[in-house]
Amino acid sequence: MNRLKTSPLALTLLAALAALVFSIVITSIVLSISGFNPPSTFQAMVDYGTQPDSLVNIINKGTMYFLAAIAVAIGFRMNLFNIGVDGQYRMAAMLAAALGGAFALPPGLHQIVILLAAMAVGAAWAGIVGVLKVTRGVSEVISSIMLNFIATGIIAYLIQTDRLGYQPEGSDSIGTHPIAESGWIPGIPFPGAREGAEVYGLIVLAVIVGIAFHVVINRTRFGFDLRATGLSASAAVASGVNARRMVVTTMLISGATAGLIGMPELLGTAHSYSLQFPTGLGFLGIGIALLGRNHPVGITFAALLWAFLDESSQILDFNDIPKEIVAITQAAVLLSVVVVYEIVHRLGMRWQQQAVAAELAAGATKKAEVAS
Amino acid sequence: MSTTTRATERAEQAAPAFELRGITKRFPGVVANRDIDLTVRAGTVHAIVGENGAGKSTLMKTLYGMHKPDEGTIRINGEQVTLNSPSDAIARGVGMVHQHFMLADNLTVLENVVLGAEKLYGIGGRARKKIVELARKFGMRLDPDRLVEDLGVGDRQRVEILKVLYRGAKIIILDEPTAVLVPQEVEELFGNLRELKREGLTVLFISHKLDEVLSISDTITVIRRGTTVQDGIDPAAVNARELAQLMVGSELPVPELRESTVTDRAVLEIRNLTVRDATGRPVVDDVTLTIHAGEILGIAGVEGNGQAELVEAIMGMRAPDSGTVALDGADITGWETRRRRERGVGFIPEDRHRHGLLLESSLWENRVLGHQTRKPNVKGPWIDRAGARRDTERIVRDYDVRTPGIDVSAAALSGGNQQKLIVGREMSGEPKFLIAAHPTRGVDVGAQAAIWDHLRDARAEGLAVLLISADLDELIGMSDTLRVILRGRIVGEADPATVTPEELGSAMTGAQGAADRDREEGR
Repeated sequence: MNRLKTSPLALTLLAALAALVFSIVITSIVLSISGFNPPSTFQAMVDYGTQPDSLVNIINKGTMYFLAAIAVAIGFRMNLFNIGVDGQYRMAAMLAAALGGAFALPPGLHQIVILLAAMAVGAAWAGIVGVLKVTRGVSEVISSIMLNFIATGIIAYLIQTDRLGYQPEGSDSIGTHPIAESGWIPGIPFPGAREGAEVYGLIVLAVIVGIAFHVVINRTRFGFDLRATGLSASAAVASGVNARRMVVTTMLISGATAGLIGMPELLGTAHSYSLQFPTGLGFLGIGIALLGRNHPVGITFAALLWAFLDESSQILDFNDIPKEIVAITQAAVLLSVVVVYEIVHRLGMRWQQQAVAAELAAGATKKAEVAS
Repeated sequence: MSTTTRATERAEQAAPAFELRGITKRFPGVVANRDIDLTVRAGTVHAIVGENGAGKSTLMKTLYGMHKPDEGTIRINGEQVTLNSPSDAIARGVGMVHQHFMLADNLTVLENVVLGAEKLYGIGGRARKKIVELARKFGMRLDPDRLVEDLGVGDRQRVEILKVLYRGAKIIILDEPTAVLVPQEVEELFGNLRELKREGLTVLFISHKLDEVLSISDTITVIRRGTTVQDGIDPAAVNARELAQLMVGSELPVPELRESTVTDRAVLEIRNLTVRDATGRPVVDDVTLTIHAGEILGIAGVEGNGQAELVEAIMGMRAPDSGTVALDGADITGWETRRRRERGVGFIPEDRHRHGLLLESSLWENRVLGHQTRKPNVKGPWIDRAGARRDTERIVRDYDVRTPGIDVSAAALSGGNQQKLIVGREMSGEPKFLIAAHPTRGVDVGAQAAIWDHLRDARAEGLAVLLISADLDELIGMSDTLRVILRGRIVGEADPATVTPEELGSAMTGAQGAADRDREEGR
C-alpha cells in the first residue's frame, strides 16, 4: 500500500537532498566567480563546523530555530501565516526576563513562572492578530508584520533605566535586571567542548514541544480540525469547525510556542534580556518550517542544517571569504526546496490517481472475465 | 432557416473543419480515449455528448493541443496537423472557451480580451475598434470599458468567446458552456452561437445536457467509455432518451418512490426564515417548510434562487436574519454547525470538493470529517484511528465505493465513488434529517441508482430529507412533496404524482407563478 501514499518519505528525502545539492552547486558557482576555491571553502566549513565547540553552538542555535519553526508551523498547518513570531518571542523574552529579574522565587517555581509568563506574553501578542482577523477581517500577514515593528518600539521604550532597564556598573550594555540564580537552567556538558560551553538544558523542552506538536496535530480532534481547516477551509466549516474560534485558538498556541523561543538562551546563558539578545529568529523560523515541511522531524534536520551553515560560516572570515556567501546557500536551498516539494507533491498525487485507476481497471477486467 | 440550409450546403462542399481518425490517448494504467472518430463539418454546431468520465475532456484537450494523442490523426480543414501546444491550435484557428472562466476581475472587458494578444492589434484604438466590430458582427452586447467584476455569468462567457474570436479563431470549442448559466442565459448563448455559425464559424459544443444539445446542434457525436459510440447523428432523428441510452449503453435507472412512508411527526420545521446578502437584499425570503419523518421534500428552482443560502442557514453555516429552524421540536436557530450535526443533521453538499471532502486526505480521514466529535471516530479528545478505519471499511463495502483501499486520498477516486463515500458517511450515525443537495450530480449511472436506493431505504426507516436538484426527473421521482423556490421565496407547490417536468420548469422560471398572481389579483 506504500506506493499509494501521495508523497512517499523516500521521495521527500530525495527532494530535500536534491535541493541541498542544487544549492551547493549554486554556491560553488558564486565562489568560483568570486575567485575562491569551492572545495577548500566547503572543507574549511565542515572542519570548523564539526569541532565540539561548534557543535555545541549548532545544537543551541538549532534548539531555538526549532522552536521558532514549530511556532510558525502550527499556523502553517491551517494556512494561517503567523509572520509575527519574531515580535512575539522578543516581547515574551523581554517581559519574562523583566519579571524573572524582579524577584527571586524558590528554584523550580522561578523557572516555571518565567516560562509561563513568556508563553502568556507570546500568546497575548499573537492573540491580537487572531482577534483582528476574526472581528475586523484584517489579514494576519499584515497585522503580524506591523506588530513586529510595534514590539521593537515597545521593547526599546521599556528597556530604559528609568523603566524596566538596568545598566550594570561600568558597562555600556543595557538590559533587564539579571535573573537570580534560582531561575537559571543549567546546561548539559558536551564531550570534548571547552569549559563553559554546554548544551542548553531547555533542549529537553524543545523535544517535548516537538512531540506535543506531532501528537496534537495528528492524533487529536483539535488537530484534525486544524488540519482540515488548512486543507480546505470551506469543507472544514461545513463539517462543523468554528472557523473564527479556530483562528484565535491557533494564534494563541502559535504565540505561546513563540514565547518559548528565547527561553533556552535567557535561562541558560544570558539571564537577562539585553541589546545582545538574538533577533530575527522568527523570520528564520518561517524558512526552516518550509524546509522541514511543517513536520517536527523535518524541522529538526532543517534547524540543524541552518545552524550548521550559520556557525561554520564563522570560519570564512578568517580565510578572507565573505561569510555572507552562506546566505546565498540558504536562499538557494529554500527556493529550490519549495519548488521541488511542490513537484513531488503533484507527481505523488498523479501517480496515486493512476495507480488507483489501474488497480480498479485490473479488477474490472478480472470480474468481466469471470462473468464471461 | 434559409441561412442554415446555405450554411449546410457550403459545409458539405468544403473539407471538414476537424477530422479525427483513430485517436487513442493512454495514461499510465488507463486508456482515456480509444479509437475516437470524429468529423466536424465547417460552419456547423457540432455537439459531443457523453457522461462524466466518458473521455470528453481528454478528447477536448487533444483537439486544443494540450496533449498529444498516442495514436491516430488529426486533420484541420483537410490538412493533417500535429498540435504540440494550445498556441499551435490557436495558430490554426482553433480556440477554446473553458468551463471555468479565465478572466481578470479587476480589468475591463477590453483589457481582458487584449491580455496576452497585444501583438495582434496593439492595446489602443485599433484593439478597441476590432473588439467593437467583433461584438457587433456576432450580436454580443458588451461594453468594452466595463470591469469584468461587474458582469454577470452570461456576459463573462461572452467575453471569453470574444477573446477567442479576437485571436482569429474559426473553430471554437466550448466546454460545458451551459453548466453555469440559467435558462434565459442559455438562450442568449445559443443566439450567439447561431450568429457564429451564420458567419461561417464552426462550433464544437461539449455537454451532457441532452435537451440543449438537441436544440442547438446540427450534428451530434456520442462518446462512451473513451470511444465514439456513434458519429454524425442527426438531432432531428433522435430524442433525448435515445441519446441518453447511447451515452449510458444500457437501460437508464428510473428515480421513483414506492408507497408513501410519510408520517405526521415533524422532524424539521422552518418558520419564516429570511437570509439577506451583504447588500441587504433577501436571498431567502420568509420561507416556511415542514419536513416529516419518512418524507422527502424536494425543492425545485433555477440555480441561484436561494437554495444554497437556505441550505447554509439550515446547516448553521450562515446566520439567518429572522425566522427559526427547529429539529425534532428543539429550536436550533442559534446553534453551531457542529452541534446540529451531532443532533442528527446529515449533509450531502452541492459542491463535494468545496464542502464535502478533504481531497488530499485519506478516505478514512474523510470518514471523520463532519463527524469528528462522534463515535466511532473519536475517544474523548483523541481521534480513534482504528474505529474510524473500521467504519470506513464498512462504508466502502456497503456503499460499493470502488477503491483499492482506505489509505488512498479522496482525490484519487472518481466523482461517483467520492459521492458514494459522502453518502455513506452522512448516512452513518443515524441521522434524523438529511440535506441532499444535487446528490447525483456528476456521478455515473450506476452510482446514481445506488444513491437513489440508499435515499429510499433511509426514508423507509424514517429519515426526513430535503432534496435539492437541478435534475427535474430526479426531483419529481424522488420527492413526496415538492416546493418551488424563486428569488428566495417559496412560490408554489406541486404534486410529484401528477406534475410534468415541463410544468415544473415553467413554475421555476416564474411563468406559472405570475399567472397565479394574476389570478389572485383578478379575484
